[in-house]
Amino acid sequence: MAERQLMTGNEAMAEAAIRAGLRAYFGYPITPQNEVLEYMAAHLPQAGGAFLQAESEVAAINMCYGAAAAGVRAMTSSSSPGVSLKMEGISYLAGADLPCVILNAARGGPGLGNIAPAQGDYFQATKGGGHGDYRLIVLAPSTGQEAAELAGLAFDLSDRYRVPALILADGMLGQMMEPVTLPPPRDPGTLPPKPWALTGAKGREPNLIASFALEPTVLREINVKRYARYREIEAREVRWEEVATEDAEVLLIAYGTMGRIAKTVVRRGRERGVKVGLLRPITLWPFPYAPIRTLAERVKAILTVELSAGQMWEDVRLAVEGRTATPFYGELGGVVPTPSDILQEVLRYA
Amino acid sequence: MERAVVCAGFGGQGVLLAGKILARAGMDAGLDVTWLPSYGPEMRGGTANCTVVLSDEPIGSPIGENPDVLLAMNGPSLDRFESRVAEGGAIVVNRSLIARDLTRKDVCGIFIAANDVARELGEPRVANMIALGAVVRALGILPLETVKKAMTVELGAKGRERLIALNQEALERGYAAAPPC
Repeated sequence: MAERQLMTGNEAMAEAAIRAGLRAYFGYPITPQNEVLEYMAAHLPQAGGAFLQAESEVAAINMCYGAAAAGVRAMTSSSSPGVSLKMEGISYLAGADLPCVILNAARGGPGLGNIAPAQGDYFQATKGGGHGDYRLIVLAPSTGQEAAELAGLAFDLSDRYRVPALILADGMLGQMMEPVTLPPPRDPGTLPPKPWALTGAKGREPNLIASFALEPTVLREINVKRYARYREIEAREVRWEEVATEDAEVLLIAYGTMGRIAKTVVRRGRERGVKVGLLRPITLWPFPYAPIRTLAERVKAILTVELSAGQMWEDVRLAVEGRTATPFYGELGGVVPTPSDILQEVLRYA
Repeated sequence: MERAVVCAGFGGQGVLLAGKILARAGMDAGLDVTWLPSYGPEMRGGTANCTVVLSDEPIGSPIGENPDVLLAMNGPSLDRFESRVAEGGAIVVNRSLIARDLTRKDVCGIFIAANDVARELGEPRVANMIALGAVVRALGILPLETVKKAMTVELGAKGRERLIALNQEALERGYAAAPPC
């Protein structure tokens, strides 16, 4: 078995990205994700990749566009205000069908907010954020180990479907150190080929990468094709974890940092004889509507817990469609509720 | 079994490092661990703290709302965290900088003049390791040897033999000085 290493979530994601074959990283400093840049600066060139601290977030995401168009595994990272700045570029990546991994170590908002962990970027991540009819594959790790695993998965899914993937982490996950067993490194030369990439058109027809089609019927056709891929992603790539759901009467739904804290709530609740369970979405898009709907048929209440005023909550209610009660508990501004706070809420519905 | 430890003090007193060593020792002992720093705009002279959770099961919350052991390296840290310590828990108080007694009667107070002992050892900077030794004794789930090894890894061995020997001695002094609770 590979060795367990003590590292921050930021470092774990950075190293896992390099091991997944990342060869072009472009970033700009912002707390609480600066360790990603630091790690990439120190380690990516040694792996044969290009690290560049761009002049701005906007520049960094557009550098990703260029590197991705050339067929290289490309990545940028930032935190909430910086990710907002990248939104135009993300829309262009989506419109050009380019794979790319974007890491958001989210912090309190809106505006400059603060640097504490928050989940107020769910809408931005899963519902657009940039302009136009597009989706991102959104992965939400809850531990350092899962962060490392999802960093690799983000590249694979993004390449397979030619859809940008966003890792929605938060400041706590980024800053916290945990034991991590890293995946083995992969040689980019062994990754599936990208015949669409701009590699020099010697001996073949030129490829075109663009997010631009003036003729409405042409743009419609491009978008329809992309939506077929979105439907395929929704059918095949939904990921979630269930804890003690078999006989649960109150079901918690929480992701990321709140998802792991909810596990403690389930354990403490069960110790007290409370039939509480947890469904933790791992992919926020595609969202696990179907398993939530199934559980909604047999639980007394589904309590959504977020570090926001209720964003994923909207998707939970879309899944439940009135089959059971759907209360919400959230904290704002970077305040993280304790397991006792949440258990108290659970007891109101048990 | 799950235990939470909060290490708190002035920036520069080495509380983050003390917590890191504790977390690494826990990992080396086969436990799941989390090390969560206060990552605000801290600087030397400001306040810093970290929470270490050690568990034989996967850790849910890394927050440690009611720590089993508190290391208070300065007065503001004791003021801030004393009320949060779990009933029956322990507080390691750095007597060199904290004159007051505990207000809590339901926790075990371990008073160590960490800075003074460090000066006796000829290296003021090892005060955090003296305090950590006391924390390890109060925690009672990690062998001191494992913590010493973790410290060696964290400090980096090359060319630092003297420093490591000093820190080992500091850990031992703190461990020995902590009365059983």
